[in-house]
Amino acid sequence: MPNHAVPDFAPAAPEIFLAGAAMALLMLGVFRGDGSSRLVSWLSVLSLIVAFFMVQMLPDGTGITFAGMFITDPFAVFMKSLVLIGSALAIVLSLGYVRAEGFERFEYPILILLASVGMMMMISANDLISLYMGLELQSLPLYVLAAFKRDSTRATEAGLKYFVLGALSSGMLLYGCSLIYGFAGTTNFTALADSLRGSEDVSLGLLIGVVFLAAGLAFKVSAVPFHMWTPDVYEGAPTPVTAFFATAPKVAAMALFLRAMLDPFANLVSEWQQIIVFVAVASMILGAFAAIGQRNIKRLMAYSSIGHVGYALIGLAAGTETGVRGVLIYMAIYLAMTAGTFACILCMRQKEGMVESIDDLSGLARTSPLMAAAIGIFMFSLAGVPPMAGFFGKLYVFKAAVDSGMYLLAVIGVVTSVVGAFYYLRIVKLMYFDEPAEAFEKPAGMELSLVMAGTGLFTLFFFVYPAPLVLWAQAAAAALLG
Amino acid sequence: MLEIGLSHYLTVAAILFTLGIFGIFLNRKNVIIILMSVELMLLAVNINLVAFSTHLQDLVGQVFAMFVLTVAAGEAAIGLAILVVYFRNRGTIAVEDINLMKG
Repeated sequence: MPNHAVPDFAPAAPEIFLAGAAMALLMLGVFRGDGSSRLVSWLSVLSLIVAFFMVQMLPDGTGITFAGMFITDPFAVFMKSLVLIGSALAIVLSLGYVRAEGFERFEYPILILLASVGMMMMISANDLISLYMGLELQSLPLYVLAAFKRDSTRATEAGLKYFVLGALSSGMLLYGCSLIYGFAGTTNFTALADSLRGSEDVSLGLLIGVVFLAAGLAFKVSAVPFHMWTPDVYEGAPTPVTAFFATAPKVAAMALFLRAMLDPFANLVSEWQQIIVFVAVASMILGAFAAIGQRNIKRLMAYSSIGHVGYALIGLAAGTETGVRGVLIYMAIYLAMTAGTFACILCMRQKEGMVESIDDLSGLARTSPLMAAAIGIFMFSLAGVPPMAGFFGKLYVFKAAVDSGMYLLAVIGVVTSVVGAFYYLRIVKLMYFDEPAEAFEKPAGMELSLVMAGTGLFTLFFFVYPAPLVLWAQAAAAALLG
Repeated sequence: MLEIGLSHYLTVAAILFTLGIFGIFLNRKNVIIILMSVELMLLAVNINLVAFSTHLQDLVGQVFAMFVLTVAAGEAAIGLAILVVYFRNRGTIAVEDINLMKG
């Protein structure tokens, strides 16, 4: 339909606002100099909050604009809300760190804003072209952020590794897109779904394209066997950047994975299901066993995140509405407990600077009992011990797997949870039963304490009143599959 | 006379793409070669897209190729910038020296 009319901008208003805010703040930073970085950071947080409310104010139901390239629905609203919260938390977490480590530059929050626009584009992608553009708009700022501490060899090495492997994954994803375009004749998700509906024999080229696409997306959510960049990048990148990597981009990539598999290729479910099952099982097993030997807490969190992606993918493998609901709840809870854990890691500062070894946590219960309690809550939650929130995340995805008859998948999930509990609980044991190591510097900073308290209370008391999140996720999942 | 058809283009693109992937994994010498391999992969995709576009008589593929070209330029710029920063810290860009973190 060749139409040259002005498209409807309203469904994309939050993205447009955020992109405009990023450019305005860039100008502000350039003219006010590096001294303005604190102001720019808080204004960025404010823009993210405004964008959050703009997302909530979008009219109910599905809105498609830009000639079918862009879609907003309750699913997109749910995921965008998570992404915006994650990005805002990442900026808040970085405030104290950038000051102490002397790389307080105003570009930092702006890169996070631009990456957030990219993530929102990914979540709203309804076409292979907008999928690719959103993905790259998210990835390019992330490469820069990983290497943001320019004088650190580890950070630049992390940036280089992330860039090379990220570019490789984009290439694979793109090759898949080109094959899908060639063999299906369209790049639009709606048209793809229509052309695949009811057709019995699917061309091999299209299937290969879908496999390449899934491989590229598995790379972005760091699922095994495409996880090799994660531990190195998490360890090398500055800690607040790692906290950002572990939260918002994961949620956005998972949203894109869900939409790409369940919207255009819903009819190929029997073809891609086995891939997702394999990826989920491999991620859970690697996440459980590889983290056992780690002494660096950021590296440990990297393996932990690989494992959690595996659990979330169980819901996608189920491919049902309960499965998608499980993934959404899982990602929301994962976001809260990961942000909280990284707030704790950012408090690990001794006289000589930041420390990252888990042995430095020894005897923390005696030197700072509140922080030890917070870490304890997060570790129990990550391990999936009831009544912490992490338990419910796992419960919903396992339930979806059982409901669709994938008993083996649920059993493997439970077994790997038990194995994984070992290294989470070891940290608790270190904190409560070992001789104290050197105490951490106090005070930890207002922002960190607030984030820690907020996410900690959410994780601890989620079971009291889970209904709002569950119902919201339910509506979002119904919109995606409806 | 041999007619050049869609399958020939696809074969060339597949070969280029594979060369790009192997260039990333087998090369132990220089990171610049990795950047070139990444470009090779993206160009292989562009050949695919344009070949499909003419075959299907549909312009979307060529539009897509334009977007890919633009992003590839941005990606190369960022990659080279990170490489320069890395070189300043380490004084080398040999692939085998990128090994501070392992495990």
